[in-house]
Amino acid sequence: MITPSMVGAWTLFKKELLRFWKVSFQTVAAPVITALLYLLIFSHVLGSHVEIYPGVDYTVFLIPGLIMMSLLQNAFANSSSSLIQSKVMGNIIFILITPISYLEFFLAFLAASIIRGVCVGFCIYLVSTLFIDLPLEHPWIILAFAFLGSAMLGAFGIIAGLWAEKFDQMAAFQNFVIMPLSFLSGVFYSIHSLPPFWQKVSHLNPFFYMIDGFRFGFFGVGDISPWLSLSIVVFSLLVLSIITILMLRAGYKLRG
Amino acid sequence: MPAAVQFHDVSKHFGALQALDGVDLSIEQGEFFALLGPNGAGKSTMINILSGLLRPSQGSVEVMGFDVIKQYREARRSLGVVPQELVFDPFFSLREMLRFQAGYFGKRKDNDVWIDEVIEGLGLSDKAGTNMRKLSGGMKRRALIAQALVHKPPVIVLDEPTAGVDVELRHMLWEFIRRLNADGHTIILTTHYLEEAEELCSRVALLKQGKIIKLDTTANLLRTMHGKLLQLKFSGELPAALIPMLKEKNPEGYLLKLDEVSALEHVLVNLRQADIALEDLRLIEPDLEDVFVEMVGKSS
Repeated sequence: MITPSMVGAWTLFKKELLRFWKVSFQTVAAPVITALLYLLIFSHVLGSHVEIYPGVDYTVFLIPGLIMMSLLQNAFANSSSSLIQSKVMGNIIFILITPISYLEFFLAFLAASIIRGVCVGFCIYLVSTLFIDLPLEHPWIILAFAFLGSAMLGAFGIIAGLWAEKFDQMAAFQNFVIMPLSFLSGVFYSIHSLPPFWQKVSHLNPFFYMIDGFRFGFFGVGDISPWLSLSIVVFSLLVLSIITILMLRAGYKLRG
Repeated sequence: MPAAVQFHDVSKHFGALQALDGVDLSIEQGEFFALLGPNGAGKSTMINILSGLLRPSQGSVEVMGFDVIKQYREARRSLGVVPQELVFDPFFSLREMLRFQAGYFGKRKDNDVWIDEVIEGLGLSDKAGTNMRKLSGGMKRRALIAQALVHKPPVIVLDEPTAGVDVELRHMLWEFIRRLNADGHTIILTTHYLEEAEELCSRVALLKQGKIIKLDTTANLLRTMHGKLLQLKFSGELPAALIPMLKEKNPEGYLLKLDEVSALEHVLVNLRQADIALEDLRLIEPDLEDVFVEMVGKSS
């Protein structure tokens, strides 16, 4: 039986989906083109010089990392930009005065972030396969990391959206937290190519586990065990979700 | 039958600032009620507590018998709020926005007929598919009212609904709000246009520094301003005997306060004795603004 509360949460989810879909050129097409440009440039410059996994061409190695990086960044952008815009414009009030609970709010924003992240990732995959033959060793692992990774960044986006009060605070969050974590996670290289100290530092970066596990799904090879990566991603998602839910329950920067 | 809105000993402080101080208020179902007060009196704080945007520091608030904290879902379903600021979601058209708003309250597709009725009632039919960004200020104001009505709430709060709108639209909105009240909705209005409260509301609460300093029917409040005002225009100075009655000197001349109509004779005699030739004379009924100024002035 569908209750009014379920209709409320479903409507918020639909609204969040439509919000990014209405500007899909900016929210889907643009990240796909950016990822393809990375692919074009890096594969052209490094393609013939680097072989990270035996028998795997550098261009092929690069694609899963680029897919995951774009997926994570867009899942984050979806929830964070929606929240900060609504807060700055003041239209967040239209949600706050409704019977939607903090948990329903969380689930609706999280689900929309997952859809956008996975949608961007899938589009990059589709376009890449037009030019490059990409193996799919463990599709379920690919899907698991795609959904868990976008959920994790969706939750992170809600936290950032709640915390930020101005657009420049959000830009700082994106440029000084999300961007370094995603670029220094092994998207363009294997961490085994790093000096031991930086290998250790990379292990502190949760983005590394998402990208390595995701890549394992394609090649059946990774820097560490995919199960360790999966455990760390699930744990990180749980921690971030709990923090987000507690912030929403307290009405952090939403209700006085 | 529960009260439409009930405040029980509600206080709210923001750090050292006491925004509300032990407010007790009961608004019955079907009332057309005005919350009046100078800026910072606590009107918006009361509305924000009612709608769940703020939590009271002390006391409790109910909407149609539902506690706004413990039974927030039922309380919010019973309440429609028209915010003061012209806020809107720039991604959507008017109809999309109204459908989403109704959905948040658990309303489904069969509610679309009511949404169309609201759009038509507010004269927005030809703008239903237009993006909110492209609507004029007056249209955005009407769209906000439509948003508050999409889930058919029994209690409607209008926070300065006619701020910044032209006279024609103001009268159109008055008519629309009157119709809502006639249909059984409880209306709570905050306004800076005292004329608006006098025209529409049957009961008024005057707030100052977080406290209700007067709560009565509009008619009773107007009666408390016993006497009338007398506007005189003549050249020369006001005779000394009339100075105790002087309320103000204005560009039109002198405004005197008459405790009784019979005092008019006293004024005329004194003017005649001073050999003053009257150019104009006007008797004025006191309005809510006079009550407001007097009450707010008295309590300070």
